[in-house]
Amino acid sequence: MRILNPFIAVLALIAVGLVAAQVPGGQALIGIVLPYLAFALFLGGVAYRVMHWAKSPVPFRIPTTCGQANSLPWIKQNKIDCPSTRLGVIARMILEVFLFRSLFRNTKAEVHEGPKLVYGSSKFLWLFAILFHYSFLVIVLRHMRLFMEPIPGFVAALEFGDGFMQIGAPVFYQTNAIFLAAIAFLFLRRVMLSNIRYISLPADYFPLFLIFGIAVTGILMRYVFRADVVAIKQLTHGLTTFAPAIAAGQISPIFFIHVFLVCALLIYFPFSKLMHMAGVFMSPTRNMINNSRMVRHINPWNDPNIKPHSYAGYEDEFREFMKEGGIPVEKE
Amino acid sequence: MAIIKADKLGVSVAKGPSLMTGAVPKNDWWDVPATFKPGNYAYPAKKEIIEYHTQKTFPSHPGLFGQPRDWDPESDDWNLPEGWEKIILNGLKERLDKFRSLKIFMDCCVRCGACADKCHFFLGTGDPKNMPVLRAELLRSVYRNDFTLGGKILGKMAGGRPMTFGVLKEWFMYFYQCTECRRCSVFCPYGIDTAEITMIGRELLHLVGVNINWIMEPAANSNRTGNHMGLQPHTFKDNIVYLCDDIEEITGIRVEPTFNRKGAEVLFITPSADVFAEPGIYTAMGYLLLFHHIGLDYTWSTYASEGGNFGLFTNNEMMKKLNGKMYAEAKRLGVKWILGGECGHMWRVLHQYMDTMNGPADFLQVPTSPITGTRFDNAASTKMVHISEFTADLIKHGKVKLDPKRNDHRTVTWHDSCNTARAMGLLDEPRYVMQNVCNNFHEMPENTIRESTFCCGSGTGLNTDEIMELRMRAGLPRANAVKYVRDRHAVDTLACVCAIDRATLTSLMNYWNPDVNVCGLSELVGNALVMEGEKERETGLRFEPLAGMEG
Repeated sequence: MRILNPFIAVLALIAVGLVAAQVPGGQALIGIVLPYLAFALFLGGVAYRVMHWAKSPVPFRIPTTCGQANSLPWIKQNKIDCPSTRLGVIARMILEVFLFRSLFRNTKAEVHEGPKLVYGSSKFLWLFAILFHYSFLVIVLRHMRLFMEPIPGFVAALEFGDGFMQIGAPVFYQTNAIFLAAIAFLFLRRVMLSNIRYISLPADYFPLFLIFGIAVTGILMRYVFRADVVAIKQLTHGLTTFAPAIAAGQISPIFFIHVFLVCALLIYFPFSKLMHMAGVFMSPTRNMINNSRMVRHINPWNDPNIKPHSYAGYEDEFREFMKEGGIPVEKE
Repeated sequence: MAIIKADKLGVSVAKGPSLMTGAVPKNDWWDVPATFKPGNYAYPAKKEIIEYHTQKTFPSHPGLFGQPRDWDPESDDWNLPEGWEKIILNGLKERLDKFRSLKIFMDCCVRCGACADKCHFFLGTGDPKNMPVLRAELLRSVYRNDFTLGGKILGKMAGGRPMTFGVLKEWFMYFYQCTECRRCSVFCPYGIDTAEITMIGRELLHLVGVNINWIMEPAANSNRTGNHMGLQPHTFKDNIVYLCDDIEEITGIRVEPTFNRKGAEVLFITPSADVFAEPGIYTAMGYLLLFHHIGLDYTWSTYASEGGNFGLFTNNEMMKKLNGKMYAEAKRLGVKWILGGECGHMWRVLHQYMDTMNGPADFLQVPTSPITGTRFDNAASTKMVHISEFTADLIKHGKVKLDPKRNDHRTVTWHDSCNTARAMGLLDEPRYVMQNVCNNFHEMPENTIRESTFCCGSGTGLNTDEIMELRMRAGLPRANAVKYVRDRHAVDTLACVCAIDRATLTSLMNYWNPDVNVCGLSELVGNALVMEGEKERETGLRFEPLAGMEG
């Protein structure tokens, strides 16, 4: 049920998109109204969520130190994994955000007779996570050609690089295949590794299916159904220039399914675990400087009324013992 | 309670049905109830201890520890207060508003599972809910149900669970099967720190009076007498004087420490376990010898006689309250700065919390070693220096006379304590000291040391005997790495800078690697120190014969 329900949900979305593309006014709804709405909800939702996080203070300085700290001058500090400066934190965050450094550390533990525990290197999750995110990024950037006129140079360059093998017409993009393979890996991993299957929730499968649906409809549109790119660009460019119009009957229904799923993803995004995209920047164990003994960190809700059991109270209770034991006291 | 023999437990870990050995539970995790039976839970706090905290420690914060009462985890009635679910949810809301970490960690987990096999409790028990991701889901499911739009609308479909007695039982079980060691947070792509989740989970449990005695009683003792063991001032002093007697017997030198002395340059604070229990006392003897050797102008305090802070395992209010004594005493005595002994969680508090909670310590000076003149700028604000930093600096400047051959009767490996490793970054200072005081040193495998170090399995107040099997399971990854170097290099000594480790690793080694001893770093320093005017040493600080002196 954890897998089936989200699968059915995505099928239902596809069906809705397909039907809506055929009913009068449906294309305008999916092609014009919904994208604006979804984009607004996406931006608004992400901004709201980030502000909601930011509203809570970070009361304590709690970086996870993953290397030698700044200490005596002759002890070599790990300036990135245990940063004592803002620059170090920036470097740590860049590695985390762009190269998934923590995931790169991954190991796989096995228990053998003995008992004997063995930790092997395990980089597949890292590799496919990188492939997934970067091919997704390239695909999104490639789509900018549909929203911009003239087409920016970097988009053209990206397309050229992505299709450098020059296979087929229209040219085949490697990222499409990599993207599908990465999604397949992330899905199969969830299903096949027993402990990952056990922790997975519908909310883990749903975005996978949804993104898979988006990828497949996109690929079908380009290579199989050969949707009318000129008409599509007219619509999409119209969206960016706030003058949207749909050329009636020229755009294949598959386009509307694709757009419908993309809008579903945008709307779902701020309410879901996909918010890790923004959260990774704000994680206090990663984005804080390990300088809590050098610079006092302020906790806005620090309660000044919590005071230690006083020395006077302590001495009052134990004064006789202290005197007998030759321990100095304040009041004789 | 009799505990299963190591060979049998070893078979159970390697072959028994568990998620570690590939056996997947038939039921979804939310349908597997937590069942308490003797041996799998730590005893609840005694009623009078909670009464003490309610009346004496926190009269200003009613409800912080629920209602004092007797209760039995094995019973289906925990005598919870009326409307306890509401108390928990209100407490959760308050903490979401107070801790950004909690919000982010609740929202960002993608359940990638990178943390799953990083937890020593999971490796040793194979219990799915000991995977950090599921431990957090125990709380996250309630969060989703009551604090997210999806959960409010879709409930279970969105992974939400209402706060029920069953959930509360899971929290009590699994937030007390986590030692807040932060190993998972090293591997998490978003840095999600289960220590943070567990701390907040425990805070919430306290609100409805669910707690364990092994934490609450030492906390009460610490508040009243200044230390966990409840040693009163004269006893505390006497214990140290006994150690001085032993030092005299071994070295012929009489060291004369002072107590509560005003005007000393340095206040020295270490976990009280160093003062009264083996093998910590040998570490304390090391401190005493070192300070005598360099002529440090320092004092002990009986009022601030505890470095450790079981408040860290309770809630942030208790942590602040217990920690407050250090600065209060430093101010009263008029010292210039504070030197801290070997302890893991003590240093988590000192490094990441103390200055924020109880600073600014503007009545103290930036710590400067009176022997070498080194200014410890890394402690410029907190004004508290770790003994390993202090000792490493002394050695580097050639200010101590050392004979590492005095540790030749040992082959040593190094245990990085979780807190000093992952919440401070103290890794190479102790290694430098180690390499100068002993000749036979071997590292454990790389996935088990430094930032990847494994917990002793009994931290965060879980070092209580009634859960011994759990502790031995959770400590297995550590013990296994020690066994690796024992088998290859005949390692017979496991050294560390943590008082809880010294106690718990001793039990752990006795169980899994019976021929390996545990010691503090300063014990090795004390052994190696060549004191002026000393007699020829025939034994180490624990009266064990030195190499070449066995006859």
